Amino acid sequence: MTHKPQPVDRPFWTPGVLVMLALMIAAGVTLVIRYTYGLAAVTNLSNHYPWGIWIGLDVASGVALAAGGFTTAFLSHILGRRYYEAVTRPALLSAALGYTFVALAVTFDVGRSWAIWKPVFYQNHTSALFEVAMCVMAYVTVLWIEFIPVLAERLGGKIRLLAYLDRILDRTMWVFIILGVVLSCMHQSSLGTLMVIAPTKTSPLWATPLQPLLFLTSAFAVGYPMVVVETTLATSSLRLESEMNVLSPLSRITILLLGVYMALKLGDLISRGAYATLLDGSAQSNSFMVEVGLGVILPWIMLLFPAVRRSRRWLFIAALLIVSGVMLNRFNVFVVSFKAPYATHPYYPAIGEILVTAGAVATIFFLYRLIVTWFPVLSAQPQEVSRDQA
Amino acid sequence: MTITRRGFLGALGIAGAASTLPGNAQAWQSKAPPDPFGCLVDLTRCVGCRKCEQACNEVNELPEPAVKFDDLTVLDAKRRPDQDAFTVINRYYTGRIDDRDKLVPTYVKVQCMHCQDPACVSACITGALTKKENGAVHYDVDKCIGCRYCMAACPFEIPAYEYDRPIWPRVRKCTFCFERISKEGGKPGCASICPVEAITFGKRSELLRLAKNRIESDPGKYVDHVYGEHEVGGTSWLYISGVDFRKVGFQELPDRPMPQTTETIQSALFSYLWSPLALFGVLGAVMGVTSRKHDKEDGHDA
Repeated sequence: MTHKPQPVDRPFWTPGVLVMLALMIAAGVTLVIRYTYGLAAVTNLSNHYPWGIWIGLDVASGVALAAGGFTTAFLSHILGRRYYEAVTRPALLSAALGYTFVALAVTFDVGRSWAIWKPVFYQNHTSALFEVAMCVMAYVTVLWIEFIPVLAERLGGKIRLLAYLDRILDRTMWVFIILGVVLSCMHQSSLGTLMVIAPTKTSPLWATPLQPLLFLTSAFAVGYPMVVVETTLATSSLRLESEMNVLSPLSRITILLLGVYMALKLGDLISRGAYATLLDGSAQSNSFMVEVGLGVILPWIMLLFPAVRRSRRWLFIAALLIVSGVMLNRFNVFVVSFKAPYATHPYYPAIGEILVTAGAVATIFFLYRLIVTWFPVLSAQPQEVSRDQA
Repeated sequence: MTITRRGFLGALGIAGAASTLPGNAQAWQSKAPPDPFGCLVDLTRCVGCRKCEQACNEVNELPEPAVKFDDLTVLDAKRRPDQDAFTVINRYYTGRIDDRDKLVPTYVKVQCMHCQDPACVSACITGALTKKENGAVHYDVDKCIGCRYCMAACPFEIPAYEYDRPIWPRVRKCTFCFERISKEGGKPGCASICPVEAITFGKRSELLRLAKNRIESDPGKYVDHVYGEHEVGGTSWLYISGVDFRKVGFQELPDRPMPQTTETIQSALFSYLWSPLALFGVLGAVMGVTSRKHDKEDGHDA
């Protein structure tokens, strides 16, 4: 039943890939302008709004959506539920790509990109951002180390260093697997600590000291839905078997994880009395209701139905709602919630910011496609072959 | 299978508990300097002449302003300190009328408040911002990476940024004339030039005494509040006013220092890295048990 991961035997250059390439070029041009004329030339950032979508989406949402990596590693490698191994490699790959682009997005956003290494030597231990930065740096390294066996499987014969590293990793991989989960828990929660320092500048709907725990539990909750979304997208666009036999049981675990997050989120809102501002019709309250209503409560109810968990289409929709809900949550916390007391205009992302964000997403898809074409990542079988066998 | 599920829940519980642990490691302690310098701004004395803006510009070698310092028409619009101006004067009409039925303006000088426990210092990823013994919140450009977390964190919305510099942009804000006040008898540029003694430089404790004396000796003239005494745990810059502070651009802020909550969370979670180490141990134990089980099963199968 368990398929062995193998390179995908499909033509690489498709119209979709060309669209991605166009978006990548547009983002590249924007970045050239950014490094020639400064952040002001391509962003709407200001002294009132120092952080925009490069932090709120590229970094904060990116980190959350890469949670599929450590949650599947936990399930199949630490709990030893080998049944789920079919999805660990793709989840690992998307986490590695996701985190690499989180690191790149930060590099574009900080004013002094050339000084990005400085926190390693100039450390401020009271800064939640310092903690996030160190963990993300370490975790990117761990993820690519975890990916070495996949590279070695294909190139080990040609590149002896890879084969050598692979042999060493045979005995030491457990350290990196556990380290990956620990680092994830650390920075997923610390990401939630970031805005806690500005309670007077953020909406009461999100300004809670419980934010680190909410970020951590929502990262747990979004991990498997992210695997569902990724796998469904990959298997349908590459025309592979749907792997519902793995995805359906994953979504049962999600009921528990999302339920815990939902209980904490609603409990926090009620205990702080912050729900009082919920019906004031502001952009903040509307965005909060979409985030919790469509992104948490609705998909949680949907997943309670076995028919939803068994249907490829409905499971995909439920998972997509959860993924969008967590993305919107991070965007809300860092962008929508932020109130600059002296700003005369609200912040909207500039075209340049949107182009770079779109380009980063396109690059992730492009590299994912490239890597699954060359390396043994996906386990799902091509549809035609299995139909022939049937 | 039941064992593994319990292990999963256990780990989840530990991770969750770790995030909610109260500051049991140690209670949060203010790192405020005990006897810093400060400035007392008396809003009843300021006449809006902009001499302080000019002095600041010269001392800090800032670029020429678009509007000359003797042109008072800039007061028609509200301004904020920015990368080229570390302090600005704003004019407010609060409805007060003098004996000849003319509206009385209130002028408000705005600059970095040099908080006793600054959010920017706590937030700064590299420690480029530090609170000095003499009261100044000091910026070291060589450590800065330009993440702008200080700007997101500052409750007074003060740090400004050189968004148009592509290579080495800097965070810019009032320096409290750090070099000048570090010398014996030195004063900030703005305080030394003020022609009406609206700005008094001195030890913060003495300024608080002075402020309260002025309020007590003329209770009809002042509102009974020294802004900056308690706000966000106290600031080095203090204000007294004849009108309600909220009417002249001041925010109502909590007395709690901004970094208190985040620093309590950070130290409860990460002091001596206890929680990551504990989590590593638990996960390692779980992994040991499950892999031994698998080895047995595999051996049995084979």
